[in-house]
Amino acid sequence: MRNPQLNKHGELQHLLTLDGLPRDILTTILDTAAPFTEVAEREVKKLPLLRGKSVFNLFFENSTRTRTTFEIAAKRLSADVVNLNINTSSAAKGESLLDTVDNLCAMQADMFVVRHAASGAPMLIAQHLQNTGRDHIHVVNAGDGRHAHPTQGLLDMYTIRHFKQDFTKLTVAIVGDVLHSRVARSQIAALTTLGVPEVRVIGPKTLLPTAVEKLGVRVFHDMREGLKGVDVVMMLRLQNERMNGALLPTPQEYYKIWGLTAEKLALAKPDAIVMHPGPMNRGVEIDSAVADGAQAVILPQVTFGIAVRMAVMSMLGSN
Amino acid sequence: MHIPDAETLCRQLAEQIRPHVTPDTALVGIHTGGLWLAERLHALLGIREPLGAIDVSFYRDDYGSKGLHAKPQKTEIPFNVDGSPVILVDDVLYTGRTTRAALNELFDFGRPARVDLAVLVDRGGRELPIGARYCAHTLAEGLPANQVLELQRADGGALTLQLTTRG
Repeated sequence: MRNPQLNKHGELQHLLTLDGLPRDILTTILDTAAPFTEVAEREVKKLPLLRGKSVFNLFFENSTRTRTTFEIAAKRLSADVVNLNINTSSAAKGESLLDTVDNLCAMQADMFVVRHAASGAPMLIAQHLQNTGRDHIHVVNAGDGRHAHPTQGLLDMYTIRHFKQDFTKLTVAIVGDVLHSRVARSQIAALTTLGVPEVRVIGPKTLLPTAVEKLGVRVFHDMREGLKGVDVVMMLRLQNERMNGALLPTPQEYYKIWGLTAEKLALAKPDAIVMHPGPMNRGVEIDSAVADGAQAVILPQVTFGIAVRMAVMSMLGSN
Repeated sequence: MHIPDAETLCRQLAEQIRPHVTPDTALVGIHTGGLWLAERLHALLGIREPLGAIDVSFYRDDYGSKGLHAKPQKTEIPFNVDGSPVILVDDVLYTGRTTRAALNELFDFGRPARVDLAVLVDRGGRELPIGARYCAHTLAEGLPANQVLELQRADGGALTLQLTTRG
């Protein structure tokens, strides 16, 4: 079966997940993003690539940063952007989702940026478009359930490459709530594809998926042990809103064991960088002194996120 | 067909431009051949404004059909475009579409006082109302569409013009 993200020429048709995305496409996205970083410094912060195209931001789940950066990225490419914040009940998912899509297609949509609480929703839309012969319409996954958040994974890779250049010499640690994190899944897929020799996941047993080792990572249940000698520390947000039942004691206790403090960070390499996909819970998974410290690259991540999303949308728009 | 020597043409082009250079003249090279040429002219003419570079990938009119080419380079305009006399530099002038794209991009950085075009070779085949103020060599008969004429740069920096036939 053809990779559902690629068209018959092997080019990017939709961006749904980084899992299984060929390395050369991943690298091309990062290479394409580089010249976009400079657009923000121009008198006219716009490029004409998506002029006359309509991009619909379909957000079935709240997100300020992701929606805003997608919106800025699309607007800097001269697209017309329509933001739809759709609050959905779980019962109304399946059919009504595709009905929504059909209606927006009738308004001549060219691209959907989809955020949904249900894993697989963007894939469902992509398949629906393919089944109905609408190959000129593209889907970008802006985060679905616990499944994937590919543009976040890509901007993280861009950030790592910016600060560390060569992926093949790095030890990277992903710390925290991997179980509920679509970001972590996208990060692991991308890091592995790009040839990072050692990817570690660090977290309590209750917040790591069962058989997480099968993703090709080393598992640590002791944060100090796991951080030793790493080049990159990728913190995850503790996802209170995704937790049903008591997987954790209290946030205070979590911070004591799993919070990134200056003292724990000192175990990593002296030039290690600290990343966080946001929004941060200061004093829960990360100490303010670290979040605002010299090793943090959390705000550059946000800036690079715009360039990476521009790269993805411009590549899709021409395929 | 006789392919002229790029080094000789480069010096001739510099001499064409020289009488018109003012203290605030700025050069912008179009990636990649045009930028190599612009680097040479910048040195030969002793231009004071830092050299600019444009990659027109994001402004091409065939983006919709051809997409982005492999690896777009950074556009960098390190001087204030507003009010500056700018000379756009490219290796070969053909349809004029690259020049059109470069003009559009340049104007997104500001309003130049004037823009001139300098090219090593005019190969004919124009599809837009664009001409070069400075041109070192014009191919009288033009070239068939399947032939590509472009500047090459050797490791030592020597410039040559290369003619290849496409598929």
